Amino acid sequence: MALTIKDYETPIKPSWCPGCGNFGIWLSLRQALVKLNIKPHEVALSFDIGCNSNGSNFIKGYVCHALHGRALPPAEAIYWANHKLKAIIAINGDGGGFGIGLQHFLHACRRNVDLLYITHDNQIYALTTGQASPTSAKGFQTKSTPFGNIEEPINPSALAITAGATWVARGFAGETGQLTELMMQGIKHPGFAHLNVLQPCVTFNHLNTFSWFKERVYKLEETDYRPDDRKRAWEKSWPNGGKIALGLLFSENQATYNDQVPQLKKEALVEKKLGPVDLTKAMEEFH
Amino acid sequence: MKSGVNWKIGGPAGAGIMSVGHMFARACLRHGWQVFCYTEYPSLIRGGHNVYQIHASPKEIKSQKSQVEVLVALDQQTIIKNQAQLSQNGILLYDPVATTLAAKKPDRQYLEVPWGKMSQEICGSDLMKNTIALGASLALYQGDAIVLKKLIQEEFADKNQKIINDNLKAVEKGYQFIKKNAKIQMTWPALKKIRAKERILVSGNEAAGLGALAAGCKFYVAYPMTPATSILHFLAKYERDYDLLVKQAEDEIAVINMAIGAAFAGVRSMCATSGGGFALMNESLGFAGIAEIPLVVILSQRTGPATGLPTWTGQSELLYAINASHGEFLRVVMAPGDASETFWSMVNAFNLADKYQIPVIVLLDKYLSESPSSLETFDTKKVTIKRGEILTQAKLNKIKDYKRYQFTKSGISPRSLPGLAGGEHQANSDEHDEYGYSTEDAAIRQKMMDKRAAKLSGLVKELPQPKIYGSKNAALTIICWGSSKMPAVEALNDLKDVRVMHLQYLCPFPAQFIKKNVNPEKSIIIEGNQNGQLQQLIQQHTGLNIKKTLLKYDGRPFYPEEIVNAVNQLKR
Repeated sequence: MALTIKDYETPIKPSWCPGCGNFGIWLSLRQALVKLNIKPHEVALSFDIGCNSNGSNFIKGYVCHALHGRALPPAEAIYWANHKLKAIIAINGDGGGFGIGLQHFLHACRRNVDLLYITHDNQIYALTTGQASPTSAKGFQTKSTPFGNIEEPINPSALAITAGATWVARGFAGETGQLTELMMQGIKHPGFAHLNVLQPCVTFNHLNTFSWFKERVYKLEETDYRPDDRKRAWEKSWPNGGKIALGLLFSENQATYNDQVPQLKKEALVEKKLGPVDLTKAMEEFH
Repeated sequence: MKSGVNWKIGGPAGAGIMSVGHMFARACLRHGWQVFCYTEYPSLIRGGHNVYQIHASPKEIKSQKSQVEVLVALDQQTIIKNQAQLSQNGILLYDPVATTLAAKKPDRQYLEVPWGKMSQEICGSDLMKNTIALGASLALYQGDAIVLKKLIQEEFADKNQKIINDNLKAVEKGYQFIKKNAKIQMTWPALKKIRAKERILVSGNEAAGLGALAAGCKFYVAYPMTPATSILHFLAKYERDYDLLVKQAEDEIAVINMAIGAAFAGVRSMCATSGGGFALMNESLGFAGIAEIPLVVILSQRTGPATGLPTWTGQSELLYAINASHGEFLRVVMAPGDASETFWSMVNAFNLADKYQIPVIVLLDKYLSESPSSLETFDTKKVTIKRGEILTQAKLNKIKDYKRYQFTKSGISPRSLPGLAGGEHQANSDEHDEYGYSTEDAAIRQKMMDKRAAKLSGLVKELPQPKIYGSKNAALTIICWGSSKMPAVEALNDLKDVRVMHLQYLCPFPAQFIKKNVNPEKSIIIEGNQNGQLQQLIQQHTGLNIKKTLLKYDGRPFYPEEIVNAVNQLKR
């Protein structure tokens, strides 16, 4: 029987606000997995805490619903423990991913762990009812910045490119066709793939709305841009004349982390036989 | 001081104090003697004051002593800081060019060894001073120079021939200098070769590493922090030989969450740290608790709070380990008393973590972690690996509606691992139902809490009881936990009608055993903290109020002599 999106269904129905960008991302993710013919038991997903990560309940699979901002470390370790899984996907929001858990992001980039890291970027802390996030615009008024946000926003894609990620793309929750395609590419990419997804928060972010994004985004694949140069990708990751590029910013093939670990050449760690262990060699130095 | 070698060498960091100290300890081991080493060093790379102390004997020994009969002073600090430890008739070895003596005591012996000049003759620099002192020390104890020379050749095997030759010359020069010049009075038995069982010289951290390898740990992750760091060094060195992955992560929050991720995927995983790193791990410890992830965490204590005394010891994290993280969840806290127990407690830690799907905390401290001692080689045939209830594909195929957190009488629900069809589930940091889906339902919440807590009754039945050393029916009891067992048991040699009760498994607390076996009026608690944390625990769990304590929180371990004094005062 052919795999369908229904195979990824759980008994729990989404609790997101009507019109939330999370619906588009959720749809694209399941579509990408189905199109790649990956079955739910062949995928491991690691979520953090936030509106987006309540999605851990709405998708079937081996799901690690980790602490706020900590989706990446378990996902990386799942990759080290069992790289034979067909897909490993870590999902954070912009608050957890670029605030409390930013260090994990930068280090995952330079490790080239083979997983897809999706960040839901709605420029606001939504589950805590609307505070400025690391990607909130300067001047943005929120409950925690009633007189306007004084800080400059982080550019997640520029950070990923600088930190050494081997695949960096930007999507938009309102462009689910392109988003599905990017997710499929990101899952297939051998190495660390970062997909930052711009999305509106219809309840708490009245600045970056659907129409705000629609007026500004354009697709790189409709231009003559080639995603093969890290410096050019970095430049392209910044808004230019108010326009925001969507699509694949950068991609290169490098050895993954596990490619460089001889003990992972054959079996995955989880397949290693345990005991009895001969400690003679390890005890040699103690005589 | 007729028991054997009590030797100490001191000098600035970077002068090779640790390496020659360890070499001398291994030389004693190769004479068939039993050895205990204690080191002190400041938190810096050059300068400061490093010491390496050895207690060796043909018979069993458990700890260092406070008195030494040979003190080797490579600098002035060693004399200033350690002279008081020199026993009657003890010998101070020093180079008068580098150090000066203010006043010589009539009942001590002073021996000038010009290792500065001798080193210049060998290599044109000061580099060989420590090795000359080593050769001189071996001669004082009338040890076998061939044993030491063989050790040097092994130790420097990967160095160039000149370095090997210089070191061999240095040993010989030091050795011959004593033979020719020393007119000293011997008050201790010679370091003669004896036939003995095969033993190895390992620290608590190395024993923990060996135990983890034997237990099938396949993923070790850490961030460097003294005194846990040498576990990382040891396992990293052997990751290819023993087919595991060793990872240094960006911080301790990543460390524990990686260990959790690997355990979720089905791999036996472990992390280690000291107090500061453990503090960063706290929130995630509760994640392992609520999501029922098997996890082994080593907490090697140092002197806190905050950065504290980074390279010194203490036992101030007992209550912390038992209570760390918000919310209530089951855990095991164990504190092995020596390197041998550390090895076996690692095996048990992995088995308990897997069987009960809980975090297990192994408490070490700088003293145990970094003090090498001689042990019989570990018999790995006695290692059993019990992975608990993990489903196979065949078993899963027979289950229609798999519930990862199924309510069971034992509280233990079978795990499925990523990759197995039909076993998909959510390991959830939110409270969850039997499938793992988030829920805030009051009844399910309460039932799930009760399910996790139900594991306690099975767990307490299989935890080993406290151990008693010395005469079972002795009038007085020394109660201790963790590494303080070593000097406490050593102290028994000089005490009559006294026994030691050592608590290795502290959470869940062995309340019944303590109630049955402790007379509070006839007991003294010995622990390395200010507030009497074991004293509090005993009172909390048994109502017994043990008023007599010997507490130490100056960063130093107990010395058996201090314990003997404290107990003798009680007897008066």
